[in-house]
Amino acid sequence: MHISGAEAVIRCLLAEGVDLIYGYPGGAIMPVYDELYKFQDDLHHVLTRHEQGATHAAQGYARTSGKVGVAIATSGPGATNLITGIADAQIDSTPMVCITGQVGSHLLGSDAFQETDIIGISTPVTKWNYQVTQAKEIPEILARAFYIARSGRPGPVLVDITKDAQFGMLDFEYKPCVGIRSYKPVPALDQSQVVAAAEAINKAKKPLIVWGQGVILGNAEAEFKAFVEKSGIPAVWTILGLSALETSHPLNKGMVGMHGNYAPNLLTQECDVLIAVGMRFDDRVTGRLDAYAAQAEVVHLEIDPAEIDKNVHADYPVLSDCKQSLAALIELVVPKKLDSWLARFDELYAKEYEVVIEKDTKPTKEGLTMGEVIVAVNKAADSDAVIVTDVGQHQMIACRYAEFIRSKSNVTSGGLGTMGFALPAAIGAKMGAPDRQVVAVIGDGGYQMTIQELGTIFQTGVAVKILVLNNEYLGMVRQWQQLFFDRRYASTEMTNPDFVTIAKGYHIPAQKVTERKDLPSAIQEMINAEGPYFLEVAVEKEDNVFPMIPTGASLNEIRLQ
Amino acid sequence: MTTTYTISIYSENNVGLLNRISAIFLKRHINIESLATSPSEITDVFRFVIVVNVTEPQVQKLVQQIEKQVDVIKAYYHTDEETIFQETALYKVKTNFLFEERQIQNFIKQSHANIVTVSPEFFVIEKTGFRHETEQLREQLAPFGLLQFVRSGRLSVSKAPMGISKILNSFTENNQ
Repeated sequence: MHISGAEAVIRCLLAEGVDLIYGYPGGAIMPVYDELYKFQDDLHHVLTRHEQGATHAAQGYARTSGKVGVAIATSGPGATNLITGIADAQIDSTPMVCITGQVGSHLLGSDAFQETDIIGISTPVTKWNYQVTQAKEIPEILARAFYIARSGRPGPVLVDITKDAQFGMLDFEYKPCVGIRSYKPVPALDQSQVVAAAEAINKAKKPLIVWGQGVILGNAEAEFKAFVEKSGIPAVWTILGLSALETSHPLNKGMVGMHGNYAPNLLTQECDVLIAVGMRFDDRVTGRLDAYAAQAEVVHLEIDPAEIDKNVHADYPVLSDCKQSLAALIELVVPKKLDSWLARFDELYAKEYEVVIEKDTKPTKEGLTMGEVIVAVNKAADSDAVIVTDVGQHQMIACRYAEFIRSKSNVTSGGLGTMGFALPAAIGAKMGAPDRQVVAVIGDGGYQMTIQELGTIFQTGVAVKILVLNNEYLGMVRQWQQLFFDRRYASTEMTNPDFVTIAKGYHIPAQKVTERKDLPSAIQEMINAEGPYFLEVAVEKEDNVFPMIPTGASLNEIRLQ
Repeated sequence: MTTTYTISIYSENNVGLLNRISAIFLKRHINIESLATSPSEITDVFRFVIVVNVTEPQVQKLVQQIEKQVDVIKAYYHTDEETIFQETALYKVKTNFLFEERQIQNFIKQSHANIVTVSPEFFVIEKTGFRHETEQLREQLAPFGLLQFVRSGRLSVSKAPMGISKILNSFTENNQ
């Protein structure tokens, strides 16, 4: 088949099973868009309102579908606008392929119109990137791009294609990539590591499992649950591990980290063996590193060799994807009776409930709390609904109180903490899981960072439920100002527009709730709506998220108030 | 405690890989002391030799991050004791000094340097050795006015085998 490079791009995407891409056209990518027009029955393109939105939508799609998200943009500003989403996907290990147009190869380096060195700019935040300058390279490079994005520890890949390579002709033949000699995506499981880890786990008196997104990315939810249940060991999660094990599971003991639960944090400092599964010891999880679980031996199940000993020393590393390593461990672990250890979790939970959770979720004061809104969503929404969150107080509250029964249900920006993530990510999340309800919980600050994506929601009709928790502050920063900067609220108060009118301007049904009595019915109406829906809830202005571990403090210093 | 480590990288020869590797140092605010790139003993496999002054945990993490890059086949780090290493320096001097200053001829002889070229205006000396040796010759020649001086990055081979062919062969076997 003798075709143009631009057509080859489309045929490669189709060959990789892609039926949905997010993007924004412009000069240097026009040949590809022209082909998209011809292939629109096979390959659906969603026009976002900003290239950043295209990346977050692709991320949301990847996170709920488990497939590679695809974003496409033109050169120059189109390409640079992708960078935030690429950096977010890199740190949160989200499989994504970004395709950018580039000026003609004869113009490279001439400061041509909309020329930018996107390879140089994207290098530190991509798993791999490549500039294509000849049409004949396209099939092999795109095959590699998809293979690299999805294999091993997933991540974002950027392919930059010069305009002449899009116009150029090639003899097209597509061969999927099955291996790259310099790249070993999954380390071979070493049984001696499994045996050593199992021995450490079996002799533990107070073991604790901390799991992360590796369980979800490795499709290892069943193995993980079997491991937890057979061993009887309490398990706690990082924010990206959330939903891999159902919330109601008796051995699911909550969240670790800065705003995690009381027991998981304090008992990290008491456990004798810490079993880390597919997580990377982020500083928001560990607090002060030299005091983190210093008394414990650490077992680390991890796919990426660069994570071993990066932040926390692993006494027993087990390299492989955790679907394999967990399956091997299950064979060797001995069931435990840990009644008094498990009782410690219940004891500390009772204290957290009394001081924090009850007030968050069943407030008696006048103002609405974010916690009670999330509880109302739990009640009204399907039990397998997807919750997409932005970054800040509402994110911590949603992750603390949302209830999940199904994996791939929590979509949030963890590592990069990208405000503006949720609205576009929810578009992708819904398209990646069309049969499930998707509720985007967003603060009034982050909402306005990508609010233009309401246009995408209107144009596509995608049934995203937008729930803005409005405290008229950049709440998390304000909380820090209150606690650590003597209440000097520098530039955190927001004078907000009428969000309901804005949503209505995009023909999205909208409502605002200011009183408790109206909350349940408003949430129900939002959930029941056929298409997209916008609900604003005015919450208490100066509520804080607790528990909290101040930056640089050890987990022992967790504060309940 | 920081030590001098030599990082050896075997990689594909792709545009942009140098940038990707140097970004790993930049992200950690670590200065590269010297860098040399060349083909390796294996056809189509490229080699980087990078010298850094860091602690051992730092160099371990650097090598882990380097090896993680898709186009990198393998990376190692070694101390000076574990490698054979040399640097090459070139010295450009006015030709008349070669005949008028007998000392220069002695410096060249004593340091086992070579004269690469002589023209009516200038001559060029090449000296390969350890840093202190090329440095000593530079100091000796400096009073006569060096027209130009340049020194290469460290070139280094490890005493222990690197085993790159084995890695590449195992890939070929696994993919047949």
